[in-house]
Amino acid sequence: MRNSLCMLLVTLIFFGTLLPQKSFAVNPDEVLSDPILEQRARDLSTLLRCLVCQNQSIDDSDASLAKDLRVLVRTRLVSGDTNDQVMDYIVSRYGEFVLLQPRFGLHTLLLWVLPFFIIIIGFVAAFIMFRRRRTAKAASLTPEEYTKLSELIENRD
Amino acid sequence: MIVELGHFTLILALALAAVQSILPIVGAKIGNVNLMRSANQTSMMMTVMIAFSFGALTWAYVNSDFSVLNVWQNSHSLQPLLYKYTSVWGNHEGSLLLWVLILAFFASLVTVFGRNLPPVLKANVLGVQAWILFAFLLFILFTSNPFERMPNAPLEGKDLNPILQDIGLAIHPPFLYLGYVGFSVTFSFAMAALISGRIDAAWARWVRPWTLIAWIFLTAGISMGSYWAYYELGWGGWWFWDPVENASFMPWLAGTALLHSALVMEKREALKIWTVLLAIVTFSMSLLGAFLVRSGVLTSVHAFATDPERGLFLLVILIAFIGGSLTLFVMRAGMLKTGGLFAPISREGALVLNNLFLSAALATVLFGTLYPLLLESVTGTKISVGAPFFNLTFGPLMLPLLFAVPFGPLLAWKRGDLYAAMSRLYLAAGAALLAVIITLAFTTDTPILAALVIGLAFWLMVGAFAEIATRTGLRKNGISKAFARARGLPGSIWGTAFAHFGLGVTLMGIVAVSVYEKEVIVSMNPGDSATISGYELTLKSIEPRRIANYTEDVLTFDVVSPSGEKFTMAPTKRFYTARQMPTTESAIYTSGFSQLYISLGEVTDNKTAIVRMWWKTQITLIWAGTIFMIFGGLLSLADRRLRVGAPKPAKTKKPSGRQQANA
Repeated sequence: MRNSLCMLLVTLIFFGTLLPQKSFAVNPDEVLSDPILEQRARDLSTLLRCLVCQNQSIDDSDASLAKDLRVLVRTRLVSGDTNDQVMDYIVSRYGEFVLLQPRFGLHTLLLWVLPFFIIIIGFVAAFIMFRRRRTAKAASLTPEEYTKLSELIENRD
Repeated sequence: MIVELGHFTLILALALAAVQSILPIVGAKIGNVNLMRSANQTSMMMTVMIAFSFGALTWAYVNSDFSVLNVWQNSHSLQPLLYKYTSVWGNHEGSLLLWVLILAFFASLVTVFGRNLPPVLKANVLGVQAWILFAFLLFILFTSNPFERMPNAPLEGKDLNPILQDIGLAIHPPFLYLGYVGFSVTFSFAMAALISGRIDAAWARWVRPWTLIAWIFLTAGISMGSYWAYYELGWGGWWFWDPVENASFMPWLAGTALLHSALVMEKREALKIWTVLLAIVTFSMSLLGAFLVRSGVLTSVHAFATDPERGLFLLVILIAFIGGSLTLFVMRAGMLKTGGLFAPISREGALVLNNLFLSAALATVLFGTLYPLLLESVTGTKISVGAPFFNLTFGPLMLPLLFAVPFGPLLAWKRGDLYAAMSRLYLAAGAALLAVIITLAFTTDTPILAALVIGLAFWLMVGAFAEIATRTGLRKNGISKAFARARGLPGSIWGTAFAHFGLGVTLMGIVAVSVYEKEVIVSMNPGDSATISGYELTLKSIEPRRIANYTEDVLTFDVVSPSGEKFTMAPTKRFYTARQMPTTESAIYTSGFSQLYISLGEVTDNKTAIVRMWWKTQITLIWAGTIFMIFGGLLSLADRRLRVGAPKPAKTKKPSGRQQANA
């Protein structure tokens, strides 16, 4: 579930436009010798958007800008930055648009809380519905109906 | 001449749609039977006209008539015949024509199979179906005419986009469209109910099979699309959470919810209003998908040649249909009577829970897809919402729902017994526990959460058959008697079991490949070797080859499997001459449910190639699960009891809560 070329692709079905040169994203010459650092670089890369592509992460993109960013991430990591520091640095240079997972904040509050909000609303609505139904059911027989019903039951015996 | 005839019949179809949009509905209103019946003829004629039109375009493609602009832009005389056919819908105009063809086809299905529908209902349904047809025919004729000629016919076409020249493409969009458009029938039924202000028994019986048909096609379409992207793209991923995929996933989520709420409505006459709303929402999602994909709003920052006129036209259609139907819903929903009381712990209650979570999941995907657009237009701030966001929010929403799945079918209608249900799931719980323990004991790199999800997958797979085990009295009666009983069970019960089983299978594939996937990226010359997951690959040769409309470099690998088995794999790097465009054809070797996947990067001077290989653990389970879901859907559809118009079976065996409790 990492990359996002499909967007481009399906758009292509409908518009039949050109696809950019497709080769690999991470090239062997970029890979860091320290496997732990390399893994951190890969993890961060999946969270960063390739700015000149469609909805694609720099980990998957072969665009030269994506390569520059990948190298930048690795350089910062090698110089001892923490993951957060690397991300902050890249956001300060490219803006929040570069993050595939938007930061939690006032402007994204609605985005992050909506699913859970809906679940809560749904449970409350269901609860109210059941309560109302129960009271409605209790009140559904008038006294006359009740006596009539009892008579019917007695007659059956 | 044939092309002009095709254009002409499309205009005739538009006129017929206009007639059918009005006459039957007026007839239903004033009680004129002849006006109501007119829809039968017009809908059949419309289907014939659009089919002719589609045939004409196909004819132009097959004969490579490059004087037609659309044909010139999207095909090539050297294409294999199959791709000449598939080129017809491999572009905006042609795919829209397929859209309306399917729309008309479904309308004619309602005409044919709806003989015993109440006339007023049928007239209204066909009328609404004609509104949709009218809107889209107008859209085609005014903004996306596939029959446009060019003054000077070129000798050669520009070819279909290479990446689309694949058998996966040949079948996946039509399936998707059958799904999207199939939901138009449920929508029309919902609208018809709102127009007449009543939901009768026929309505409830009709909605579920139609939803099921559309759902089956959509499931198949999404699944094929996913597999196609996986092997054809050469990126190794199978789901990317990008807006266009989300556009197909949203109707699926809504449709799955609809399928379950329609069940309640059909059996218990409850949740009527909700079902009507879901029917509207589901088709609205199909329309939204068409809008998002074709208008270019989501790709506006990019250089795609999209016509703003088309986007605007589609937006008007979208607003008219979604806004109009929701307005009608708000006005009329109060007139629909609700019925069927039930306790929170009951089959109905479980299905409500299902709907709640699926709705929340739908909202997540919908909001995540549209939020960047909304935020930018309101505040000017640009943000991205991509795969990491969806994985983080959608996943946690799905897990509680998946956990609840095996309980649903075990609860009785009206009032269920949770403890009794749990006691029937001891086998599933045992299997799940065992899976978690084995995973943690025999692997070192599995995160606890992943192990738990593997347990959940087993819980789903085994739990799916708990209802059948209970119904047949497997524990009490032994296998042979249980088998005899199992054959007598209604198809819908088997359908439910298989579909839920498939869910577990897919989940299993997803966890396995996310946790255990291995990847190796190397630069190789002929003679070089690389190792991945015990497979040893040696690059034997790089050879150029020339085929029809492309040239390619074929890389031959000698592979030795961990068990010593030898075989070759040959990924290629293609170059399509007409479009001057390279593509990668990956090579895949399947072992059990896992796959060895080789894809190519740059190949320089027939000497050095960048090779990316993956070991995709259990990945095929993802699609295998969807096959089970589709099979379950088909079983349910074939259920005699649910077939509209089928004579009643000799012995009427109606499942009830009591019977179940006794079993």
